[in-house]
Amino acid sequence: MNAVLDPIAALGRAALGLIKQAGALALFALEALSHLVRPPFYWRIFFSSLIETGFFSLPVVALTALFSGAVIALQSYVGFGQYHVQSAIAGIVVLAVTRELGPVLAGLMVAGRVGAAMSAQIGTMRVTDQIDALTTLSTDPMKYLVTPRLLAGTIALPCLVLVADILGVMGGFTVSVAKLGFSPSTYITATLDSLKTMDVVVGLVKAAVFGFLIALLGCYNGYNSRGGAEGVGSATTAAVVGASILLLLFDYLLTDLFFSQ
Amino acid sequence: MSTPPVSTSPSTPLGTPKIRIRGLHKAFGSKIVLDGVDLDVEAGTSMVIIGGSGSGKSVLLRCILGLIEPDAGSIEIDGENLLTASRSRQDALRRQIGMLFQNAALFDSMSVGENVAFGIRAKHSDRNGATPSRAQALQMAGDLLKQVGLDPSVGDLSPSELSGGMQKRVGLARAIAGNPNIMFFDEPTTGLDPIMGAVIDGLIVDCVQKLGSTAIAITHDMASAQRIGNRAAMLYRGQLIWQGEASELMNSGNAMVDQFTHGRREGPISMELRK
Repeated sequence: MNAVLDPIAALGRAALGLIKQAGALALFALEALSHLVRPPFYWRIFFSSLIETGFFSLPVVALTALFSGAVIALQSYVGFGQYHVQSAIAGIVVLAVTRELGPVLAGLMVAGRVGAAMSAQIGTMRVTDQIDALTTLSTDPMKYLVTPRLLAGTIALPCLVLVADILGVMGGFTVSVAKLGFSPSTYITATLDSLKTMDVVVGLVKAAVFGFLIALLGCYNGYNSRGGAEGVGSATTAAVVGASILLLLFDYLLTDLFFSQ
Repeated sequence: MSTPPVSTSPSTPLGTPKIRIRGLHKAFGSKIVLDGVDLDVEAGTSMVIIGGSGSGKSVLLRCILGLIEPDAGSIEIDGENLLTASRSRQDALRRQIGMLFQNAALFDSMSVGENVAFGIRAKHSDRNGATPSRAQALQMAGDLLKQVGLDPSVGDLSPSELSGGMQKRVGLARAIAGNPNIMFFDEPTTGLDPIMGAVIDGLIVDCVQKLGSTAIAITHDMASAQRIGNRAAMLYRGQLIWQGEASELMNSGNAMVDQFTHGRREGPISMELRK
């Protein structure tokens, strides 16, 4: 026992474990992506994942975006009132929704809903030998299970974010007009003046990256799950927690990349 | 008891076993699971491998299937070493293998018919022939279900709606979908009542016979071992300690085999409790 060196050694082990995990995740992603250019491609799995990730996440993402836009308008009204700049609310709502809240909230909702489902489904297939059965039936499990889901996640989330952007702005508009006494035409004009193509595009780029990360973490944790129901449960938790943390990390990195001076 | 005929596959050079394993080693961490396994399985033979839990039976099958990479040794199919062959050649050699998993491992996102049709389409597309359409494959799946004693209408059900015995039949139908010339059975009667176990064994023997396949089955069930196999071997602590005719299983003359096959508590095999 060494009171000084033991904590440092533990820290070192944790860091090495993290690097090892990051390396394994990167190799997993590269292998899955390599199947995009090597036929066959499983279109049925892709379309069913696209519908599962995109279409069936629509209600939860729409409600989240609608209320978020409404809350920003309300909060801004209270805060901005102190400085008599309530007219900036429309601009703040559209900026916050397109740049940040749309992609991040949609991403977190999809991570909880779809990332967990992907991990549980693939994890169950792992512990019940279904993935081994695929191999014995001359079907590459990475190509069949992972690649279509990664592509579906990367495409579906920007579509969801586009809807979230529109509904978020609508939420702000509704509260501003119905509750705060703004004129509809003034609010719309202010929104359009503040809306920049770059903000929307960067939001969609973020969404594509988040969609890829959510599907990657869901598939990776499910694919490597071990030990029956408990293992699948742990994999599902790791998929959601890991995707949420990575999503926020990449949100910072992408914001820094696109918007820092 | 009906036994599969011993026939030689045309692709196998004369005198070469269909499957030859030499010096196979596999360890998980400090636990040695396979410790220098040597095994020959002649073409057309049904080899039954018995052994206690954790003796390495399933790992041996998974090494041959490529699901686990062994640490050392060689696995030859038709005289060609799987472990040193190119990836595409490994895939080609393994395509001739059909596998029935212990729990059948049916895809629960598909119907029963789609499970069998998946096997048909996967194996047909391997051979660079025309892949049957989904409708054709489902039609063919109905015929395969009939072959394993199930009504084709079962094809519309989900795997979770089937009993264990029916799931095993469906798993068998999927395994034989590609007309494999090697078949593996991982504890085919586990979890089944004795009558259903005998039915499944009968189906296995019929399928192996009809396809003229070489088979390896691993089991704890001595009645099943004698119904399925014409050769038998016993694994103990990762080593093959006995090989012989399946008919000699209950009277092998080997103290360990006799203790195991008769289920005696006393004998050279010690039951160590895991810590």
